[in-house]
Amino acid sequence: MDFELTGEQQLIRDTVKKVCAEFPDEYWAKCDSEHRFPWDFYNAMAAGGWLGIAIPEAYGGSGQGITEASLVLEEVASSGAAMNGASSLHLSIFGMHPVVRHGSEEMKQTYLPQVATGELHVAFGVTEPDAGTDTTSITTTARREGDHYIVRGRKVWMTKALDSQRVLLLVRTTPIEKIAKRTDGLTLLLAELQRPEVTISPIDKVGRNAVASCEVVYDDLPVLVTDRVGEEGKGFRYLLDGLNAERILVAAEALGIGRAAINRAVNYANERVVFNRPIGQNQGIAFPLGEAHMRLEAAEMMIRKASWMLDDGQPCGAEANMAKWLAADAACQAADQAVQTHGGYGYAKEYHVERYWREARMTRLAPISQEMVLNYVTEHVLGLPRSY
Amino acid sequence: MKVLVPVKRVVDANVKIRVKPDKSGVDLTNVKMTVNPFCEIAIEEAVRMKEAGTATEVVAVAVGVSACQEQLRTCLALGADRAVLIETDVDIQPLGVATALKALQEKEQADIILFGKQSIDGDNGQTGQMFAALTGMPQGTFASEVTIENGKAYVTREVDGGLQKISTSLPVVITTDLRLNEPRYASLPNIMKAKKKQMDIFTPEELGVDVTPTLEVLSVEPPPVRAAGIKVESVEELVDKLKNEAKVIP
Ligand SMILES: Cc1cc2nc3c(=O)[nH]c(=O)nc-3n(C[C@H](O)[C@H](O)[C@H](O)COP(=O)(O)OP(=O)(O)OC[C@H]3O[C@@H](n4cnc5c(N)ncnc54)[C@H](O)[C@@H]3O)c2cc1C
Repeated sequence: MDFELTGEQQLIRDTVKKVCAEFPDEYWAKCDSEHRFPWDFYNAMAAGGWLGIAIPEAYGGSGQGITEASLVLEEVASSGAAMNGASSLHLSIFGMHPVVRHGSEEMKQTYLPQVATGELHVAFGVTEPDAGTDTTSITTTARREGDHYIVRGRKVWMTKALDSQRVLLLVRTTPIEKIAKRTDGLTLLLAELQRPEVTISPIDKVGRNAVASCEVVYDDLPVLVTDRVGEEGKGFRYLLDGLNAERILVAAEALGIGRAAINRAVNYANERVVFNRPIGQNQGIAFPLGEAHMRLEAAEMMIRKASWMLDDGQPCGAEANMAKWLAADAACQAADQAVQTHGGYGYAKEYHVERYWREARMTRLAPISQEMVLNYVTEHVLGLPRSY
Repeated sequence: MKVLVPVKRVVDANVKIRVKPDKSGVDLTNVKMTVNPFCEIAIEEAVRMKEAGTATEVVAVAVGVSACQEQLRTCLALGADRAVLIETDVDIQPLGVATALKALQEKEQADIILFGKQSIDGDNGQTGQMFAALTGMPQGTFASEVTIENGKAYVTREVDGGLQKISTSLPVVITTDLRLNEPRYASLPNIMKAKKKQMDIFTPEELGVDVTPTLEVLSVEPPPVRAAGIKVESVEELVDKLKNEAKVIP
């Protein structure tokens, strides 16, 4: 067994750390409070070729695995950029996976190099207000008209919709009554987004305010049949192919936030003197930080195992889900304890830990809720009856 | 024109180092190591020379333990064309390094040898000068600007109280100061390309040199812990303390 990162992996880590050091906490706090997309940061990462890390070399990327991609996103988050930084890159780094796996050669040639350079932003449109976690119940439909589909429906929580030219959109092409399996009849389209038939409304949310997530309404949007990913009716399966990667990457992002939070908390606990001693000398402050650190370390181990399995071509549904659960849980505890360590100042924006705390919180909800991970583990790993 | 850039593996500047309990040196177990920042500036300058068409080949060289390969890979990712490691486990010191580099230079015949002005660990600030003395080459040390033109090197040196401009013939030894340039970050595609670049490893014996340390370290002491400051009530009290406690004014 070997826990050592390779020389390249270490260099990837160190280099991303250096790029991120140019964007301090103050930059992120400002982007967050002004609800401004972090363009300077995004452009710096694009210029270094980091967006194309997991895109195959034949299409302008560097062809690295999810292990390397997770190291990049962890470093970004742990620099203090947290989810504002990670989410600005997240979908470019892994979102096109279904296109890589199932897109036509022409589609790959056209779009993947542009994603790798950062010119093309792609959003991900799966969640719907009335379907939620129950993805196969979505009601956004696409009906075929000649060489077009006409898309009608409503999506919610679509991250980066404001800044993306295209969206990987899950739609129903065969009504649920006419199919044998609920997972059939769903299709994935690489649709245009900035069109008059599309209405995008940002959702007012708790945190990660530099990157908006939006409600998006499609009112008879035409999409060329050539912009369909793979075959009609197989969209749900294509989507599943990318889910483990996304869970591992979100886990790495959560881990990064947790690290940033502990870092600030430890510095503060060493410096802040009350009752003539550093507050970190009180075990009531020190022990929870020690515990948070251990939980993050354990989550990191699960992330590494899951990404190693994924890159090795092994099924890793259980590991990817568990990594996301453990990392989200550890990050929330770490961020909360960082706020607690700072006392009243933890609640002030100046110390940044409140921002980490707001952003860590979303990793327990998205891209999959903690409960749905537990459903997966109890059913598929432990063999207990399905509850829903 | 070939540029040879010697680089040193040093403790990362952000690490809080600790002296070993037996005072034999700094504890390096599990400590993060990097390319010495001044050597990184030298690599950057060499790569810029290549991009400008002045240089045709940039060779990074390290003298030291096997793990120096990590730092050489970093240099390759930053744009060096190939790397050489002169591998030895002995405690490397400026004279040994300069001697080993002289032997390498006899093989490489580089036109410009671009050193960092000092390394942030030992702060010796001697290797470039020793190398120049051993090889009899001219030197432009503490460079804040370098131009190579018509077979000559024009070097602006940061000296006490100002800048000094000199010109020398080639081959030349140049040592870089902080303001020479701001090193770039490696791009991901270049990190990947670095894997495929050539790295040769020699032992000092193979080069026919002896790098045995000539200085013996007797003891390494951490700097004294600084006591917290105090507030004084009046100018008189300040002057009194400076005179009688700190003894910095007569
Ligand atoms: C900041 C943010 C960004 C997002 N970005 C995107 C995006 O870019 N694209 C996209 O498509 N989606 C996105 N999402 C949506 C996200 O994937 C969903 O919010 C998530 O999958 C949960 O769906 P829901 O909100 O409808 O919750 P619901 O499905 O309504 O669930 C509500 C609660 O009930 C629980 N629950 C439901 N069913 C069960 C059950 N059977 N057993 C136990 N508990 C259950 C859930 O765990 C949850 O706690 C984003 C969400 C957020 C918060």
